Amino acid sequence: MYDFLTGPMLWATFLVSFGGLIVRAIMYVKGLSWQLDRVAYRPHMSYGMRGAVRSILAFIIPFKARLWRTRPGFTIIFFAFHIGLLVTPIFLEAHNVMLQKAFGVSLPTLPTGVADGLAWVCLVGGLFMVLRRIAFPEVRIITTAYDYLLLVITVLPFITGLIARYEMGDYNFWLTAHILTGEIWLLSLPFTKLSHAILFFMSRMQLGMDYGIKRGGMKGSDMAW
Amino acid sequence: MPEGKFCNKTPITTEEQLKATLGDKGGKQYYEEMNHLDVDSEKLWGAIQKTMKSRTKTWLEICAHCGLCAESCFLYQVNGRVPEQVPSYKIQSTLGQMVKKKGKVDNEFMQMCMETAWSKCTCCNRCGMYCPHGIDMGVMFSYLRGLLYSQGFVPWELKIGAGMHRVYRAQMDVTMEDWVETCEWMAEETEEEWPGLEIPVDKEDADIMYTCNAREPKHYPEDIAEAAILFHVAGENWTVPSEGWEQTSLSMFAGDWECCKDNVVNVYSAIERLRPKRAIGTECGHAHRATVIEGPYWAGREDGQPPAPYIHYVEWLAEALRTGKLKIDPAKRIKEPVTLQDSCNYVRNQGLKDVTREIISYIVEPGYFVEMAPNKEHNYCCGGGGGFNGIGLYREQRNVALRKKKQQILDTGCKLVIAPCHNCWDAIRDLEEEYEIGIRWSFLKPLVIGMLDVPEHLLPKDE
Ligand code: SF4
Ligand code: SF4
Ligand code: SF4
Repeated sequence: MYDFLTGPMLWATFLVSFGGLIVRAIMYVKGLSWQLDRVAYRPHMSYGMRGAVRSILAFIIPFKARLWRTRPGFTIIFFAFHIGLLVTPIFLEAHNVMLQKAFGVSLPTLPTGVADGLAWVCLVGGLFMVLRRIAFPEVRIITTAYDYLLLVITVLPFITGLIARYEMGDYNFWLTAHILTGEIWLLSLPFTKLSHAILFFMSRMQLGMDYGIKRGGMKGSDMAW
Repeated sequence: MPEGKFCNKTPITTEEQLKATLGDKGGKQYYEEMNHLDVDSEKLWGAIQKTMKSRTKTWLEICAHCGLCAESCFLYQVNGRVPEQVPSYKIQSTLGQMVKKKGKVDNEFMQMCMETAWSKCTCCNRCGMYCPHGIDMGVMFSYLRGLLYSQGFVPWELKIGAGMHRVYRAQMDVTMEDWVETCEWMAEETEEEWPGLEIPVDKEDADIMYTCNAREPKHYPEDIAEAAILFHVAGENWTVPSEGWEQTSLSMFAGDWECCKDNVVNVYSAIERLRPKRAIGTECGHAHRATVIEGPYWAGREDGQPPAPYIHYVEWLAEALRTGKLKIDPAKRIKEPVTLQDSCNYVRNQGLKDVTREIISYIVEPGYFVEMAPNKEHNYCCGGGGGFNGIGLYREQRNVALRKKKQQILDTGCKLVIAPCHNCWDAIRDLEEEYEIGIRWSFLKPLVIGMLDVPEHLLPKDE
């Protein structure tokens, strides 16, 4: 089981997951329509790209966009959650040992204490996301069961990973559960709303181009996101 | 599928239809008929499949339901922060459901959508600036309005508005003859005080072709006279077209895209016919959005640009003041606290924030200009945008919407508001009528005329 999950299954998962995300990005661009979107993408590409980069940067740098400044508490938790989500699995020592075995290469790894901390941040961040969905009427009204399901899919690899890491209960069981939930998460990326992993960039880029071309950029006036 | 006499899926295209619909006072019969109007689900779904591309599809799909957009919407703020006013909720419960159900929706649903699209969103595009995913409800609500219009679910005034544009190519029943006559009449009247002043109609190869908002010839023709005075003093070589002079587009707010195209093409043909170096539009935000920002796309112009450079009035005015074509007498500058309304349609939607402030620097004594908070591209809609001002059915909701601007103005402590947009001007007038906070409001033209330093040779000769 372990060999299958970390062998062929893992490679299939990576293929589907990352391949799928790339396909979604390509489909997004193909589905743009200058006339319906009312953005002259092609003739003003340089203005567009400038707006796109500004738009993306404003929202991936904490406290850069005005939105982030208006809600410091949320912003900190939101970025901590996402950074933990991305950084932990990529730079985790155990994952890199596997990489080393398979390819003979590995990335720099996080000290165990930091990795543990980041994993906990993700869990607490996830919990906070659930709580605010329940607590705030403006979030409750738009929340669906699907939103909770995605949160669960996202934090399960961390829960199982931590349990295995602290060797609570049957290590092999929890390790298998960790790998399985991790793969489920990866497989969900292209097929669910988690596709925002790539589509966030596409959407931000598109709106950035819109502002960079038609809505001010060509007037030499940058949007103060 | 029962379609009413007034409320139906067919746009108004003749004067008789228009007059008949207008005769149905307040749309009484119209709204009654709407209760029996059928939804053509097949056509609706067909339209969605054909026109809903990456952008809208992705927006509907990836909205994180995080609610961060809530506070960005002034309608959420002024309506007691009820969750039903959260931008994401407003679109998910309307367009989102329509898509999910593949167009199989009923009359009641469509009426709910109509109410949401026209009374809970002014297409001000503010929320798009605050959503981490860049989801712009203003864009999506415009899209939804198009779908609703094609099914006959549109407020009575906007059905008529679009009809006006179809029949007269103007938002009011101003014909080409009315327009040319108004120009001649205004030129005659103004010439007494401004010797040599002209309003040249259809002059070819001029430097400037001026276009306006049909409310001007219809209700405040002095605005045309004021434009003429300023062009005259600035020594501009200008003209107005006899046909293609009207740049507003109620059809844009109604969601009648076919009509939008027809109107803007009419304005562009005037440019092509008269070959001005550039076109200048009046002080109107939505007119600018229609002819300059969105228009090129309706007309199918791939570069997204009108056939000649086409600028908003504030751009011309700033330039005329900057280059000294117009000179301000420093003694006559505004010497009282004054604030500025940033119109969504050319500030947030075309970045003209600094140019308007440049004008302020010439006409207001330093120290007297007070910014609204927030301002520039973060400013709130005046409260009456997107057609809201004109819809009787939603008058109450509109009045509530005005409270945001009321508070913003009160917070500045100013009694004078500069509003270089027709619609904002109207909304601020209405808010004074409704709430009596003791303010005055003005377009730029009359203010500037009042403080001009006019060269000797342009003044009337004393006999
Ligand atoms: S476009 Fe403006 S009015 Fe409409 S939902 Fe967004 S912020 Fe509110
Ligand atoms: S801020 Fe954007 S992603 Fe979040 S609920 Fe609003 S529209 Fe959706
Ligand atoms: S700001 Fe205007 S939409 Fe709001 S009404 Fe005034 S130009 Fe629009």
